[in-house]
Amino acid sequence: MSGTGLLRVEKAGPQALLQDAGRFGVRHLGMTQGGPMDWHAAGWANALLGNPASAPVLEIAMGGLTLMAEADVTLALCGADLGATVNDRALAPWQRVELNKGDRLAFDLPRSGMRAYLAAPGGWIGEASLGSVACVTREGLGGHKGGGTALEAGDTLRFPAARPDPMPVASEVPEAYRVDYQQPARLGLIPAGQIAAFDGRSLYEAFNREWQVDTRADRMGIRLTGPVLTGPLPAMVSEGIAPGSVQVPPDGQPICLMNDRQTIGGYPRLGTLSPVARARLAQCAVGHPVRLTACGVGVARAQWRAAIEAITAFGAIRS
Amino acid sequence: MTTPCIENAGVDAWMVRFADQINPDNQRWIRAFCRQCRAVFGPALVDLVPSYTTVLVQYDPWQMTDVAARATLSDLLDQLAPESAETVGRLVELPVWYDVSVGPELALIAEQTGWTMEQVASAHAAGEYQVFALGFVPGFAFMGLVDPALATPRLATPRQRVPKGSIAIAERQTSAYPQVTPGGWNLIGRTPLTLFDPQSDPMTVLEAGDRVRFVPITRDCFIELGGDTTPVGEGSA
Repeated sequence: MSGTGLLRVEKAGPQALLQDAGRFGVRHLGMTQGGPMDWHAAGWANALLGNPASAPVLEIAMGGLTLMAEADVTLALCGADLGATVNDRALAPWQRVELNKGDRLAFDLPRSGMRAYLAAPGGWIGEASLGSVACVTREGLGGHKGGGTALEAGDTLRFPAARPDPMPVASEVPEAYRVDYQQPARLGLIPAGQIAAFDGRSLYEAFNREWQVDTRADRMGIRLTGPVLTGPLPAMVSEGIAPGSVQVPPDGQPICLMNDRQTIGGYPRLGTLSPVARARLAQCAVGHPVRLTACGVGVARAQWRAAIEAITAFGAIRS
Repeated sequence: MTTPCIENAGVDAWMVRFADQINPDNQRWIRAFCRQCRAVFGPALVDLVPSYTTVLVQYDPWQMTDVAARATLSDLLDQLAPESAETVGRLVELPVWYDVSVGPELALIAEQTGWTMEQVASAHAAGEYQVFALGFVPGFAFMGLVDPALATPRLATPRQRVPKGSIAIAERQTSAYPQVTPGGWNLIGRTPLTLFDPQSDPMTVLEAGDRVRFVPITRDCFIELGGDTTPVGEGSA
């Protein structure tokens, strides 16, 4: 590993995981997808360094992480503001950050959003399993040292020594593409599944009342609390779950199924969150106000495409 | 076999529904569909998730529009023929310690059937089940069909932590939890076997098409086979 750039983990925090685009072609065995919960912020972190969108990034949930640079390196930080500092000097997200050997990059607590993404030139090096380094702790797959382990104090993070590509000209994400995670979240939901089986009151309230993010929220699913959704719901046979599916167990409180979701489930579904909505929800803290808005496939696709094209175009303008 | 329908499942997925009820014959159609889907979609196919009555088809939205993907599925279904002779799957036996401490809903099912907990356990162990699909979490085998008397709806609120090896019932489906996970099925016992190990090949003990029998074992035998007797809802299990 000589010639490889590296950082040392001094403190790991609640959960910091290596993530690439995720694991595909294995859902029929029950393997989950993985990948960054907020693909938008992760994509921008890679774009700032001229990396491919799917290059492995670090997903830092809720802060608490301290890294020590053991070589000079340029990283990129996007997504949540977790009170990051470099040698005690404040560091805002959505920009590149130059670290010199011996510099300490520390994350404190969430100030805005939940998950920050830290990219390295060429992507962090991880142990691939089934074609992906996406770290899924529950399945024991992927991660920076394999086995589905999160970052731990004393670990080493590596990235390729040779710069694969020149960096983009700009070192900051344009203001227009930064998301203000403190605003209430409006999430586009494509109606699907068993939505027709819910009663009229429930459907009205689902799209007109405010929801809040529940304490039961992780990479598998994010529960919302609010009006109780009821209806003459059918006893269901378990079926495949698409990313962003919103299922409603008999207690009437929806669960938005995220990157590490179960592959098959048997609760009635209201529909599917748009990809933009999924990324937004990933940044909502417990208690954050959320509204659901009905959205068609065409609109959801157009928003997704526009967001990805902006990231791609930025990364393509190189010095 | 009714005409399959194609339902929206988001920006990059369609849900193909073959039937509303579980029927082992569905699998002949589902297997044929999956095989042809892989051939027709080629590299534009991202994932297929077959289950009892449905197949979730996830495709690459940058290679295909949703309209084109739907048309492809529709054409495929028009010409679909079921797989002919059903191949008899291999028989796998899973040892189970049926006990209310590791299977709290034994009591619930006993109450609803008017049977003793021992009778509930015997009725579950008397069946030979087909593995319809793997999913939910790695190695979780969706099996059926259990005796109609044992059919029990899922819990109103899923448990945050179902212990590894838990044997469970939901409606007429049965399964074994390969790992600790949240889950809403009714627990009736526990197997000491490890059903999913990413380090072994194959990674899963069960595969779709297998036939499964549950073999009742004593607490001593369960411990001898490496089982964890920690009751449901307590500590480390």
